[in-house]
Amino acid sequence: MAEQKASTSIEAVESGLAAQGYIASRQIATAVYLSQQIEKPILVEGPAGVGKTELAKAIAAWRGMKMIRLQCYEGLDEAKALYEWKYAKQLLYTQILKDKLGEVLGGAQTLHAALAQLHDFGDVFFSKEFVEPRPLLQALEQPGGCVLLIDEIDKSDAEFESLLLEILSDFQVTIPELGTVSAITPPTVILTSNSERDLGDALKRRCLHLHIGFPEQRLEERIVESRVPGISQALRRQMVGFIHEIRSLDLKKLPSVSETIDWARVLVLLQATELDTEIVKDTLNVLLKYEADIEAATPQVTTFIAKAARSNVFG
Amino acid sequence: MRENLHRFFRAARGAGVHVSPAESIDAMRAVKQVGFSDRAILRDALLLTLAKSQDEKLALGDCFDLFFSQPEPRQDQPEADNDDDASQDADQSASSGSAGEAGEGQPPEGLGPLAQMLLSQDRTAIAAAIASASGSASLSDIRYSTQRGIFSSRILDAMGLQRLRDDLDALTATNPSLAERLRGALDALREAVRDTVSQGLALYAREEAENLRNEILRNAPLARIERRQVAEMRVLIRQIARRLRERYSKPRKRQRRGHLDVRRTLRRNAAWGGVPFLTAWKRKHRDRPKIVAICDVSGSVAQVSDFFLLLIHSLHEVVDDVHSFAFSSHLIEVSEILEKKSPEEAMADIMSKVGFGSSDYGSSLVDFEKEFMSTLTPQTTVIVLGDARSNNLDPRADILRRISERSKRVVWLNPEGRLAWGFGDSEMPRYATFCSVVRQCATAQQLERAVSDIVATYQ
Repeated sequence: MAEQKASTSIEAVESGLAAQGYIASRQIATAVYLSQQIEKPILVEGPAGVGKTELAKAIAAWRGMKMIRLQCYEGLDEAKALYEWKYAKQLLYTQILKDKLGEVLGGAQTLHAALAQLHDFGDVFFSKEFVEPRPLLQALEQPGGCVLLIDEIDKSDAEFESLLLEILSDFQVTIPELGTVSAITPPTVILTSNSERDLGDALKRRCLHLHIGFPEQRLEERIVESRVPGISQALRRQMVGFIHEIRSLDLKKLPSVSETIDWARVLVLLQATELDTEIVKDTLNVLLKYEADIEAATPQVTTFIAKAARSNVFG
Repeated sequence: MRENLHRFFRAARGAGVHVSPAESIDAMRAVKQVGFSDRAILRDALLLTLAKSQDEKLALGDCFDLFFSQPEPRQDQPEADNDDDASQDADQSASSGSAGEAGEGQPPEGLGPLAQMLLSQDRTAIAAAIASASGSASLSDIRYSTQRGIFSSRILDAMGLQRLRDDLDALTATNPSLAERLRGALDALREAVRDTVSQGLALYAREEAENLRNEILRNAPLARIERRQVAEMRVLIRQIARRLRERYSKPRKRQRRGHLDVRRTLRRNAAWGGVPFLTAWKRKHRDRPKIVAICDVSGSVAQVSDFFLLLIHSLHEVVDDVHSFAFSSHLIEVSEILEKKSPEEAMADIMSKVGFGSSDYGSSLVDFEKEFMSTLTPQTTVIVLGDARSNNLDPRADILRRISERSKRVVWLNPEGRLAWGFGDSEMPRYATFCSVVRQCATAQQLERAVSDIVATYQ
């Protein structure tokens, strides 16, 4: 029974994401389904532009949840990621409440008595009202749950990873002055990484590890279809075939899905009906982002177009 | 099925995927959600939870395919099928011939369960029996290929081979044709069990075998390594390099506070009449690693030099300033060749330039002094790799003295054992006077320790 349910729910995930314009492979859908079922974050790795960030957006849109995004960078710390005390507010309040404090402490004769009275008030200035929640804390405080996207975790420092561990495994954070804040509804956590550096084992252990590579030709065609509806089927096949040929070259930066979509948009704008050498050479800078890459690819353009057209006929 | 998953985790560990208990718990939970019915989903689920990098995903995928394809080969065995058909024909003819006997079931009464199972050709039951028997014979403990026989017989015993033999003996007397069939089925069964054991060996013993082989390789003398092992050794050296990089590339946060800086302390506290409220400390200076490697590439030492250069040049993150020199009868700088070319090509190139000569330490040292003495700074560690056998030519130990005066330390790595130093044309004792350290370096393990110690002095 449960097994039947599993495969249908995975299909449901697939179609749900597709409704948001995100064409997911079976593996991605399985990951999303599992992360929901066993409440684990997903660590998504893969080259830039294959739709790692898009995945989080699509999940949020599909489930109708808020997406909270934390962009990682070198030097990101607790104060920017987790929470911060509102120092200015604290100062302002002490100024305003000065008279009140005077009243409260008025009865005290000695310094000790005044201190004791002050203690009775507890930590008024270190209470929830003075905490400025940053993305991670915000995500835990969403009553209906949310999608927390921790983007490009590999850009942050190794110390920041350790900070994340508590959130990732128990969905809670500890603020020394306030105690432990647990999630009202565990958020769906997506971490993305471009493999710029190796992440720690402790972090990896807490996540489902999903690798998104360049999609297969069919899948990529479907992605283009959903993203750029205006393009004709023949041109779509041809251009995706061409891009797959380009990816076989030894380039500095291979064109990924986002470049494919951009190029499709450009071709639609230029009202191209099929690929020819002229138009490809003119628009190659949409696909390739380095001068050296463009130089390396230019002589191959004609052969690649021919190959793409041929595979079109047989495919 | 839980038992099966546990065995899969063991197999995964064998395939080089690190499966921690926590990860196996996750995998269990994931599998509970997706179930076993759809193999593709099961595979995805296990890959998601267990493998944590692209390499691991590949390895685990292969392992999964091998593990869960287990029952298949038995089913598509052509001989077994032929056997099967033939015996089914036989069954049919037998049942048509003597209807009365076949009416009460083909396997006659009084046979053991195994014999009945074999005679009824119930393949799924046989497969299940083999699986459970291999479980009770703890097949997952198999480690070496020499254990194949004992595990086969253990499995067969667990399936009730003894009873089957008795049945066979009894049948030979009463019903020879049935006995013949049973004997054929038994042969097929033996084959199936042997396949199962081989598969088990491939799955579970890989880790152990690999460890053993690596252990042997680590302690094998580099100079006498066989050609087919060279590639394996390169892989091993790369592993060593990775280990050293991990250990040393991140500068440890260590106390760098040195002595009290009296001058700065006095100046800083001038406002308080020199009473030292604020102290200023000198910082300990830490050198960046600078290495000059001088390697003998003649004859027997060449192989060791090859691995040494490979190791030292794959430590970029730790030591970025390496100058390498190679010599046999004269000396050239080889840093650039090693940086630009692949290890195999680079070594071939070096050998064609200076290799295969008879070694002349004296003139090579002269070459070094003439051209490259300026590469030495007081922070440099000079590593000389060679057997110090100079074919009775002038060793020019005085140049080594000058080298050691200009540099931080001189480390001599000698592939020969300590006993051979000083015998024959070995000049080791004369050179040793000017070296900070002289150590034997014949195996990968010794190489690792030597390089590790050298790098550690800069931490």
